[in-house]
Amino acid sequence: MSHAEAALRHQAEFAKTTLGFWVYLMTDCVLFACLFATYAVLRGGTAGGPTGAQLFDLNFILIETLLLLASSLTTGIALVGLAAKQTKLIWASLGLTFLLGAGFLGMELYEFGVLLAEGHGPQASAFLTAYFTLVGTHGFHIAVGLLWLLVLVYFLYKRGVTSSFEKRLTMFALFWHFLDIIWIFIFTLVYLMGALS
Amino acid sequence: MLGMLGFDDLPHDPIMLGGALSIVGGGLAVIILITFLKKWTWLYREWLTSLDPKKIGVMYIIVALVMLLRGLGDAVMLRAHQALASGEAQGFLSSDHFQQVFTAHGTIMIFFVAMGLMFGLINLVLPLQLGARDVAFPFLNSVSFWLFFMGMALINVSLVVGEFAAAGWLSYPPLSGIEYSPGVGVDYWIWALQISGVGSLLSGINFIVTILKMRAPGMKLMDMPIFAWSVFGAMLLVIFAFPILTATLGMLSLDRLLGMHFFTSDMGGNPMMYINLIWAWGHPEVYILILPAFGIFSEIVATFARKKLFGYTSMVAAIMAIAFFSYVVWLHHFFTMGAGANVNAFFGITTMIIAIPTGVKVFNWLFTMYRGRVKFTSPMYWFLGFIVTFTIGGMTGMLHAVPAIDFQMHNSLFLVAHFHNMIIGGVVFGFMAGLTYWFPKIFGFTLHEGLGKAAAWCWIIGFVGAFGPLYILGIMGATRRLDHYDASLGWQGLFIVAGIGLMIMMLGAGLQALQLLVSIIQRKKNRDTTGDPWNGRTLEWSVPSPAPSYNFAITPVIRGRDAFWDMKHDKNYPKNKFEPFHLPKNSPFGLLIAFASFLMCFALIWHIWWLLIVGTLALLALLIVRFADEDTEILITKEVVAREQKGVV
Amino acid sequence: MTDSKKLMRSYLIGFVLSLGLTLIAFVLTTIQSDFQGKAYPDLPLAVALVTLAITQLIVQLLFFFHLGHEAKPRLNLASFLFMLMVVGIVAFGSLWIMYHLNYNMMPHEVETYIQQEENIELDSSNDHEHHH
Repeated sequence: MSHAEAALRHQAEFAKTTLGFWVYLMTDCVLFACLFATYAVLRGGTAGGPTGAQLFDLNFILIETLLLLASSLTTGIALVGLAAKQTKLIWASLGLTFLLGAGFLGMELYEFGVLLAEGHGPQASAFLTAYFTLVGTHGFHIAVGLLWLLVLVYFLYKRGVTSSFEKRLTMFALFWHFLDIIWIFIFTLVYLMGALS
Repeated sequence: MLGMLGFDDLPHDPIMLGGALSIVGGGLAVIILITFLKKWTWLYREWLTSLDPKKIGVMYIIVALVMLLRGLGDAVMLRAHQALASGEAQGFLSSDHFQQVFTAHGTIMIFFVAMGLMFGLINLVLPLQLGARDVAFPFLNSVSFWLFFMGMALINVSLVVGEFAAAGWLSYPPLSGIEYSPGVGVDYWIWALQISGVGSLLSGINFIVTILKMRAPGMKLMDMPIFAWSVFGAMLLVIFAFPILTATLGMLSLDRLLGMHFFTSDMGGNPMMYINLIWAWGHPEVYILILPAFGIFSEIVATFARKKLFGYTSMVAAIMAIAFFSYVVWLHHFFTMGAGANVNAFFGITTMIIAIPTGVKVFNWLFTMYRGRVKFTSPMYWFLGFIVTFTIGGMTGMLHAVPAIDFQMHNSLFLVAHFHNMIIGGVVFGFMAGLTYWFPKIFGFTLHEGLGKAAAWCWIIGFVGAFGPLYILGIMGATRRLDHYDASLGWQGLFIVAGIGLMIMMLGAGLQALQLLVSIIQRKKNRDTTGDPWNGRTLEWSVPSPAPSYNFAITPVIRGRDAFWDMKHDKNYPKNKFEPFHLPKNSPFGLLIAFASFLMCFALIWHIWWLLIVGTLALLALLIVRFADEDTEILITKEVVAREQKGVV
Repeated sequence: MTDSKKLMRSYLIGFVLSLGLTLIAFVLTTIQSDFQGKAYPDLPLAVALVTLAITQLIVQLLFFFHLGHEAKPRLNLASFLFMLMVVGIVAFGSLWIMYHLNYNMMPHEVETYIQQEENIELDSSNDHEHHH
């Protein structure tokens, strides 16, 4: 098979995988929509316990949000490094992405830990159930993303920038940006609106 | 060590024990047979690790047909019990067992028989119809099948260890919550559905990308066979409905496993939200099942009326309209829950609107037959059975769509008759017709026509016998899921007639088993030598029977709709040159990944935490090892093809 | 400008806009004075927050996902719009349905609804109502 034919095949393969992964992200949006809807329905069910306004620390959430947003930027920069064929830039930006993402997750786990210690865990009321599940599902996706990132970086180290790496890095970037978009709606609808109630 | 699992969880009453022994016995018999025939290597190499969608399709269908036997067995138990349990007599099933039986019956029939047959047929036919060699993501396809298989395995294991859910095929809370269903039954139900649901979702993504990206060059979307359009509509429903199921089952499992309060009656929970969400999935689900059946009938009617399908464009529009509307009707499953007149009216109207595109399709089939030279083969028998029963069933659906009437009919046997009418008359008849129609393409010989026709008659007559009485009983006031009734009601006669109807349907199923056996014995006589036994119109008939693993040695040239008909009638139809192509290599990872998932689910059901950790780590390791593999394809050259098919290249 | 420079600009612009929209939302919320204990925030502020969120969504779709710039057929855009439609139907449909179900079927919540919707204050003695 000639070089031109192989390149065409890679392009077709890339387009197919991108569409497939994008469709998967759309299905994940529907999953989150169910969790959002359930949260909206159950948020009043505090069973005499605390509401969001009493529990949420907006400054803490702002820092989390900025960490995640920054990691979305650094992921984009990794794709720039890919396009410009600058492997050092890819390494640096992926490293930063991991640190920022891990920072976000760490803060979230800390927040959950404090709530649990105070007896405001997901078993305490329907509101807390819905809150922990919605935010926790997002956090679980972040954790999977971080694991994916480690595996990606390992193969970058072992095999360098292959066409397979390009494809997978692009899919990771889509996944990571998607998680930041879900977070926009979490911090708006759960934390900001919750703090106002 | 084994969580909650203990010797107490093995079956202890005779009927349960019988069920368990047949599962174990059946499984052992298969294993012994394969060992005796020394076919393990062949099985592993040719089937278990295959990424050929035709092989995967056959495996789906085999699993579905085996589960059909279980589902029919459950039906026989229900009918027999209800025919007996009048007045003084108590029937032979305990209440709890009766509830497990109707729960298992519904769950198995919808999730494993209907979905299995559907995905099986799509795998067999879709790539061929599109002029493609495979689906978009062959490895993902294998994962989907094995997840489906493991879901089936969980349901069957529940018969041997533990119990099954007894809260109905949709397991409404609070009954399905941990307080009122403290056993493992509902957990088996949840995880069997989660695991096969993920498989379905992945298949949905796979087939959509296949349709959008893998059509033979020159085939525009409006040139696709109608079956492909019906698959597209159904898969649009799959990808956006199944996440709802995943989320809702997940929430129920969190309530049960971790004591959360989504659907509890206290602490702010709201069980009505479960019913709302589960039907937001559940309604699209039934359209997921029926749309491909409609597609199959479109192909069959056009072929056997020897006339192109009437109204292709309106058929496509009808499919997309049905797909859209199936998202806005779900409340009609719980009119009586109390949302009030305005909400009920809205959903009642949308439900009635769906009849319109469905009617368009019915008329298009009739107009296709009109002035055609109809050949009444056994697939056409299924079609005729469908067109009558499904239309009548649809009309009973329109009755239910009126909220005021539904308040009388909800959860009565009238409802049960209606949805069985749609599923048997529509989905089952459609898939039986499709299996008969496409059988020669996959196996190289046609099925015995006489036995096929007899089977179709038995199913049609049996269906009327089994469900006609249920319509009457429903109007007389009989509710569903009754395990006993007063003798003074005078219902027993009708239940007995229904039982006889079921026996006739079982005779039909028996005739189909016989048909398969006889056809295999007579296969040399019925060999399909041309690849086109029905004088078909679409591309799958352009390849030899059985179809080679790569479908098309040479990518076909497409000039419009019904490409194969075009090819047959134009002596100068252009042909491409042979180009070497890639096929995916076999892989055991689909099976292994699904098995790791099975272990995780089993661990969650029985609270065996070390197994959960092991299963999760195994899953991660398998995924990473699979993704590390860069060498997943094999190049097929002219020489390879020439060896398989003489004179083609 | 080379492709990679264009790409970099896209991400930087997207980041700065998102940052701005995020900060505005947080500031608006924190400077908002005390609420009267209602279950839902003031309508104008809620609308503002949702608008900011949707704007940031569009910003990120354009600058991070490059959703406007794909070659025809715009399959990513089409599937995104389809998803929005389904989410709209299922999420808003569910909220509409559950609101009515709760109103009709959840007895202890009816008092809350009557207070909110009909502006009737039920006082603790429960034997007469004040109309506003």
